[in-house]
Amino acid sequence: MTFFRVPAGTPPAVPMQVYLPIAEMSVNAFLVLAMGAGVGFLSGLFGVGGGFLLTPLLIFVGVPPAVSVGTQANQLVAASVSGVLAHWRRRNVDVKMGLVMLAGSTVGTFLGVLLFRLLSALGQIDLVISITYVLFLGGVGGLMLVESANSLLRRRRGPVRRKLHQHTWLHGLPLKMRFQRSRLYISAFLPAGIGFLGGVLVSIMGIGGGFILVPAMIYLLGMPTALVAGTSLFQIIFTTAVATVLQAWLNQTVDVMLALLLLIGGVVGAQFGTSAGSRLQGDQARALLAVMVLSVAIKLGYDLVATPVDLYSLSVDAR
Amino acid sequence: MRTTALAALGIVAALLAIAGPARAQGLVADLSSHLIAITTGFVGTDVVLFGATDGAGDVVVVVRGPEQEATVRRRGRVAGIWMNVEGVTFENVPSFFVVAANRPLDQMLPAAERARLEIGYEHVRLTTARAIDPARLAEFRPALIREKQEDGLYGREVGQVVFLGEKLFRTNVHFPSNVATGLYTVSVFLVRDGQIVNAQTTPLVVSKTGFSAEIFDFSQRESFYYGLLAVLAAVFAGWTAAAMFRRA
Repeated sequence: MTFFRVPAGTPPAVPMQVYLPIAEMSVNAFLVLAMGAGVGFLSGLFGVGGGFLLTPLLIFVGVPPAVSVGTQANQLVAASVSGVLAHWRRRNVDVKMGLVMLAGSTVGTFLGVLLFRLLSALGQIDLVISITYVLFLGGVGGLMLVESANSLLRRRRGPVRRKLHQHTWLHGLPLKMRFQRSRLYISAFLPAGIGFLGGVLVSIMGIGGGFILVPAMIYLLGMPTALVAGTSLFQIIFTTAVATVLQAWLNQTVDVMLALLLLIGGVVGAQFGTSAGSRLQGDQARALLAVMVLSVAIKLGYDLVATPVDLYSLSVDAR
Repeated sequence: MRTTALAALGIVAALLAIAGPARAQGLVADLSSHLIAITTGFVGTDVVLFGATDGAGDVVVVVRGPEQEATVRRRGRVAGIWMNVEGVTFENVPSFFVVAANRPLDQMLPAAERARLEIGYEHVRLTTARAIDPARLAEFRPALIREKQEDGLYGREVGQVVFLGEKLFRTNVHFPSNVATGLYTVSVFLVRDGQIVNAQTTPLVVSKTGFSAEIFDFSQRESFYYGLLAVLAAVFAGWTAAAMFRRA
């Protein structure tokens, strides 16, 4: 009785599809693992979180932007925990500085999550995500490219002594605090303000913000470079943890299944990336990273100005 | 997990009980399955509708998913950047809508009758949250249907009802992996001489079951603790990974 034959629901040509319970769609598990591994490799290579690559990638494969950003925060908790441990063992974490930054970032995260909610309701969240990506990635990528190009040139000409850090109006702010580990006596508003920015970025862009925090800590705070990576990672753990709980609690946009797949791929990729990165010179690595950051910015910037194929979009508000 | 599936089955049973006595003579139809279970490996599924009529006639099938509120937005150029500039919110939008028939609809039923019973994609009943002028409606209504078709949730064209002989018929309905959960209705109409002579409605439940249902339920009911657990799991995973690779 072929007439009443029930066709098989699962086409055998599609291997390993996994249904994501929060994103409410099925994805190829190998694709997500590979994405996590690829980005993990690059993040290990360059010592950055890689959220700035993963969030646009997730949106590109069809995960709703809200779920991409919320889940990314969860994945970054794991990535920064495994990243911070090595720094912690080498005592390269300024805990006091991290905690002051955390105070700012908690406020920033909370505001960011509320802002995300508001912008989603207005239908402008995709636009704001794209614009912040273009501005921050474009700006930071451009600066990094110029800086690393200069230092590559300088190395050819021989070393030049640089001042440890310069004093600006920023150092005149009140509420001065002593940070013994970093040998700094600066206003608490500075690290808290940088943390605040990091918090907003986690909740709107789904990135840890390392590539913005690190230069800010070096150039604005004047922290010793050895402490910067560990301290920013230490701070990012808590910022992304707060963001995860808030996104899950207020927006229900954290997909643990997706996060699990991403972090398995991510931690494995990061290990290989780190060992590959030890063979790369500092300013070469920075130049490569700058090119990568800039290309993401250019791609997203192009999408903002290019005439879209489909002018219309549909969003389901309630069920 | 069990409770969701049981509740879904309960609804189906109740509806079948209601639908049972009202089942019209001359038309009998049923589905290969009344429950679509969304499990962790769900990639979408096909459901077969089969049935028999008491003689010659045309058969039309309309499958309608649970209603949602949905907003269609149109992008426009503002200072060189494409952004959403206009939006229309529709209420009672069927999340899923598929029509199938054994021959072109306009050859078997008058337009008024098709419109009344939502037979055909141009007849999906969509009401806007606020009154809007007809020109905008004429722009945004087709846009909504187009977007739904892009997502695979509305049929692109009228599906095929196949007759075996004069009385036996069947049709396939495909449900993609992004189907909404809830109660679906499958309506079967028997048409003779431009008139509907018989109709039958069968329920179909789409429900998350198993692990993915548990995760979803937990995330909705206890969203704060869900977030906390997600963080703990991530910390544990990160720690384990670092420890593992340090030893290696």
